[in-house]
Amino acid sequence: MGKILTRMGDGSRVAMTTAEIQQDLEAGSQDAAERANVPPLVDDEIKYLLDLYKNKDRVVGVEEGKECCLTYDNMTSKIKRAHIPISKIQQLVLFERGLGADTLELTHIDYSFKQCKHVVQYEKPNMEQAVLQTIAPIFYGSMPNLGLYSVPDGPVANPGDMLPQGKIEESKEAFEQMAEYAIKDMVYVGSELYEKAGADGINFDTTAAAGDAEFYAALKAAEILHDKYPEMGIEMGMSGEFILGMHSEIEYKGVRLAGLYPQDQVKLAEQAGVTIFGPAINISTNSSLPWNLARSIVFTKACSEAAEIPIHANLGMGVGGVPLTLTPPLDALSRASKAHVELCRLDGL
Amino acid sequence: MGGIRTAGDLVARLQLNRGMRIDAAKKYVAEKLGVSVLDLGDTIVMSEVREELDIGRVSETPAVAKGIDAKFRIAELLDLKINCVNMFMERVGIRSYQAFD
Repeated sequence: MGKILTRMGDGSRVAMTTAEIQQDLEAGSQDAAERANVPPLVDDEIKYLLDLYKNKDRVVGVEEGKECCLTYDNMTSKIKRAHIPISKIQQLVLFERGLGADTLELTHIDYSFKQCKHVVQYEKPNMEQAVLQTIAPIFYGSMPNLGLYSVPDGPVANPGDMLPQGKIEESKEAFEQMAEYAIKDMVYVGSELYEKAGADGINFDTTAAAGDAEFYAALKAAEILHDKYPEMGIEMGMSGEFILGMHSEIEYKGVRLAGLYPQDQVKLAEQAGVTIFGPAINISTNSSLPWNLARSIVFTKACSEAAEIPIHANLGMGVGGVPLTLTPPLDALSRASKAHVELCRLDGL
Repeated sequence: MGGIRTAGDLVARLQLNRGMRIDAAKKYVAEKLGVSVLDLGDTIVMSEVREELDIGRVSETPAVAKGIDAKFRIAELLDLKINCVNMFMERVGIRSYQAFD
């Protein structure tokens, strides 16, 4: 039997036998199951994925009736990155009317709440005008990006400099200070765009990239915003499957954040008032896509089963079984999307 | 789902504002629109339904809802608070879009 053409995690082509793909599917599933202490894929699910790779169609899709909603990150930067000179409001209309987007997201090109704070007075009129011209719900989105609050970019001593010097307590204090600054900025920007400009919700994207203190900051900001505006939509998309313990002891509602996997992350997000949660499972570039996809599905499925709120898994460049490349190939993207939606019973991507 | 080509924007509103999961959100929207759940993803059915209800669709014709006007009707139709609609009503000094009648 001929080999099946698939890809590695970096997007490069690789030809594999059926047995090799099955072996990678099982190994990827087992890797995730052991790390997160959740069930691996069952035989039917492995067979489903194997059939997906045997299918030679370039693009695949979900069964009719299983369509789900899409939310986006950094929407108004996508067109700008392609150097198409149109305004952010025009981009939103383009996404809604030209591309059939279920939701829209306005944001600043420097996609961090700290940077958005400086231009919030210019972002509000954009949002005010956008909500007049569009129909789909609009988020204002950005990243918590805790790294911007330490030297040389911010006011707090840099834990990255102090940790190698053995200054553990000082580093923890620095992370806590950074979190407080970040909470203030996220609540300020979220409040301005919701209360004064008419946004439907706020999107915390790439959450916890700087570890547990950043996750704490985003949860706390979500909690404050939810208390202020109970009707506000709050989406929290993550940056990786595992919360890095950069602080190591920081807690939210009595739960230590370091080391949490998606099925536990989502429960805290729910308590904070988040209405849509997005687990992000990172790609291993030197492993095959079958290995990566099976691994991602095990983490995501456990999260979806534990959740009471909608789950929009992150599927894109380097997450969710999609190769780490600026131009994700359709064969890989569509297979990852179909498999996640159908096996994890996802609410969106 | 296809956004305003289908009922994607409506289902998404239930997800982000009420935290409803996809099956519950689709069922809610389908009941409010008087269509089947399967119809929600059908561009032909939904184009007609959206035109009839005047809640905005991709192929614009003159004098049909295109933005905030569509959202006024969506808020009423789905029994949902839409932030910008409430803000608009407050700024204009009306209590509902029916106040224009």
